[in-house]
Amino acid sequence: MTPAASAPSATKQALPLRSVTVRFAGDSGDGMQLAGTQFTSTSAVFGNDISTLPDFPAEIRAPAGTLAGVSGFQINFSSTEIFTPGDTLDALIAMNPAALKTNLSDLADGGILIVNTDEFILQNFAKARYASDPLADDALQRFQLHRVPITTHTIEALKGLDLSAKDAERCKNFYALGLVYWLYDRPLDTTLRWIDAKFSRKPALAEANRRAMTAGYHFGETAEIFPVQYRVGRATLPPGKYRNITGNQALALGLIAAGRQAAKPIVYASYPITPASDILHQLASQKHFDVRTLQAEDEIAAVTMALGASFAGSIGVTASSGPGIALKQEAVGLAVMTELPLVVIDVQRAGPSTGMPTKTEQTDLFQVLVGRNGECPVAVVAARSPSDCFAAAMEAVSVALRYMTPVFLLSDGFIANSSEPWPIPSVDSLPPIRIRHAEPSADFAPYRRDERGVRPWAIPGTPGLEHRVGGLSKADVSGHISYDPKNHQHMINLRAQKIRNIAAELPPAAVEGPPQGDLLMISWGGTYGAIRTACEQARERGQRVSHLHLRWLNPLPRDLGQVLRAFGRVCVAELNMGQLRTLIRSEFLVDAAGLNKVEGRPFNVRDVAARISELLR
Amino acid sequence: MSTITAAPTAKDFKSDQEVRWCPGCGDYSILAQVQRVLAELGAPRDRTVFVSGIGCSSRFPYYMNTYGFHSIHGRAPAIATGVKVANPELDVWVVTGDGDGLSIGAGQLMHALRRNVGLKILLFNNRIYGLTKGQYSPTSPIGQRSSSTPFGSIDAPVRPVSFALGVGATFVARAVDVDVKSLQGVLRAAAAHRGSAFVEIYQDCNVYNHAAFAFATDRETKEDNIVYVEHGKPLIFGKARDKGLRLSGSTPEVVRLADIAESELLVHDAHAASPAHAFMLAQMQYPALPEPMGVLRAVEAPIFEEQVFAQIHDSRQRAGQPDLAKLLASGDTWDVS
Repeated sequence: MTPAASAPSATKQALPLRSVTVRFAGDSGDGMQLAGTQFTSTSAVFGNDISTLPDFPAEIRAPAGTLAGVSGFQINFSSTEIFTPGDTLDALIAMNPAALKTNLSDLADGGILIVNTDEFILQNFAKARYASDPLADDALQRFQLHRVPITTHTIEALKGLDLSAKDAERCKNFYALGLVYWLYDRPLDTTLRWIDAKFSRKPALAEANRRAMTAGYHFGETAEIFPVQYRVGRATLPPGKYRNITGNQALALGLIAAGRQAAKPIVYASYPITPASDILHQLASQKHFDVRTLQAEDEIAAVTMALGASFAGSIGVTASSGPGIALKQEAVGLAVMTELPLVVIDVQRAGPSTGMPTKTEQTDLFQVLVGRNGECPVAVVAARSPSDCFAAAMEAVSVALRYMTPVFLLSDGFIANSSEPWPIPSVDSLPPIRIRHAEPSADFAPYRRDERGVRPWAIPGTPGLEHRVGGLSKADVSGHISYDPKNHQHMINLRAQKIRNIAAELPPAAVEGPPQGDLLMISWGGTYGAIRTACEQARERGQRVSHLHLRWLNPLPRDLGQVLRAFGRVCVAELNMGQLRTLIRSEFLVDAAGLNKVEGRPFNVRDVAARISELLR
Repeated sequence: MSTITAAPTAKDFKSDQEVRWCPGCGDYSILAQVQRVLAELGAPRDRTVFVSGIGCSSRFPYYMNTYGFHSIHGRAPAIATGVKVANPELDVWVVTGDGDGLSIGAGQLMHALRRNVGLKILLFNNRIYGLTKGQYSPTSPIGQRSSSTPFGSIDAPVRPVSFALGVGATFVARAVDVDVKSLQGVLRAAAAHRGSAFVEIYQDCNVYNHAAFAFATDRETKEDNIVYVEHGKPLIFGKARDKGLRLSGSTPEVVRLADIAESELLVHDAHAASPAHAFMLAQMQYPALPEPMGVLRAVEAPIFEEQVFAQIHDSRQRAGQPDLAKLLASGDTWDVS
């Protein structure tokens, strides 16, 4: 019998909780990402606020059972608004000893620990570098340990189905999912619908996954080992239609929306790289929106294809991560020099060099701000959360087209893959993108500027606007090659001023919390949620802390200097060794402190709270 | 009664910029022939785009009164691909050199050719780096002495036409800068080709590598050193047109027409599906064999940008007109009231 869609189980007591953080951890081949995304969809559709943290190795399949092969998916689901995937785990599902070893340190004392005992065998202890059975260790007494032979139960439940032993065993993630669904009193219908759609042509697998999940659910209900269920109620989110969305999905949708608002095709050229490739996959399936996707031969070809498309009147967009951005920089300089629109998305990952491809960092700020030859300013905007990537993409395109400049859009590995509920905007509410094209006239000059310092976009195919652009220094107005020293300085000034002029249309610095106080915490990009949460909690404790999140890193808000001076101390929190802090210090001569972490993982709220208390001591 | 004619002349394609190549450079002749051929073909200036990379040859767009983009080293084929995908109606010409196209930009050149993007790519081969003052290039012969190879180059050179054929180019031709008639013919054929057209032009750098192609330009001897290839015609050459090429096994050999029947001569087939014949011609090298001039290969194949648009078209047939509201609300959704 399938449990009712949302009727709470009546057999056991259900304790209400405000929010819960759960992590599924297992081998790369164990389907943990799938279990996690299903739990996410179910919780989102149920009405919780959610924030997720997928965490997986770069290797597609590291040797089974090893520490290198552990893949995890963390979900924070809540009855109140939340902005982070959670610091500590309330429950950990460890499918093998390696998953236990790499994840146990994040489990809260007293937390629920579910282990698949079938994998806790001698040979796996060695692979996980355990000398003996870790389940026999007294240290686990701090947790509510539940030993469940998940593999055995799964195979048992699937008896009689026409499945190979291997296929049956692979359903164990759905068994684990079902068990956790029971534990948190979640409805099964969202995942049942997904199974039906996913395996519509493989009815045996559909039935197997349904049965495995239901078996896990029933085990929770009937086994004596779980004394209670927990219940996390619906969150009160602003009214509207919602969906769950990852950062990379939101970027793709934002680009498509921007193309519509500007009435121009998107030409998206990129070279596959973790964690940005997904944007290409998303866009490649939306060709009917006149999105022209090109998988280029390399990073340089990708950015130059995009730039060529912009020259010819389309919206040229490329994306990459740190190592690929380094390769693109010469072409970004060409876009600065020619003053053509271009959007370059940098989904940052842990560096330097190849670094840790699947782990997050904010270490590319300097690279995008100043990592080119010559005086070469570009506009830089950073998305702050998965769903914010939608608006950030639209803004990046809008500024690129209206100011004839490359715009770097910074995302990171965390928000790219993590997800949250997104109130779907109505298409009518999307801001328009109004472009000024050059009109043929007797005095047309390709580098004649308007009152904002912006040159006109003169598009090939327009009679009477024939002109040449290039990377050589060019004369003001005419754009002809020029080696005149004064003109060179003048053009550098003009291009820098054009970028500064963008600030006129940006909102002033928005401080969350009182506009003055003892401490101002500054964040940018994907660390928004952790810093916001820590600052809110600090204020609840009576600390005089406010939060300023910077969306545009170039130009900075015009009133930033004023805002900084209203606080006793300023601290810049970022997942690098102090890049924005250095900029703030040099721009505003403020003795800014830092909160810095470069471990490939987002900030925990407690990291931030500790730093706040330290600075206020 | 005066008549106003709209027919463009070569002069219409000259920009107002002073040409800054060294006096005596082979680029002047190429520029003049391109302007003449475009005028003759009635090319619309507003729909013509010249894209280049870096190097002496890459200054070319500044001198054309069309749209132009002087970009960065080696990347002109990728920029031009972007232009073509943005607007396939444009006639896009790429001007590159042996360094720009085959050293730093070999990666981009290869992929534009294999994709068969509708670009006309002119590679000016002077076998030397001119703009950086005379270092050897990837087409310099072994032993070439230059500022960076005082004891002679030890790098085996790449042959541009062989490279193009090797990566699947659908149109491959060669001409010499000062051989005006042949160059014009090749440019006309390139302009008419649908897909990527690759033209190698032997170009004299009279400052750093003068007379590198004297064998192909000397009035007295050139006709003994080159062979003009024409589809369907036997390969005959020589000042007295008394020599021809015949296959000996799978290699070409020079024969005297007097000694053989004409039916034994190798007949040029530019349209063969296999590039083997064209590749064999491309490998012929002076002084052992005459070097071929003209169109070595011209075949039809699917064109990149047309396929890009075909997929968009098919996608609309399948998915219908774009509906952003529907796209934004795809997947699992729920209402909060």
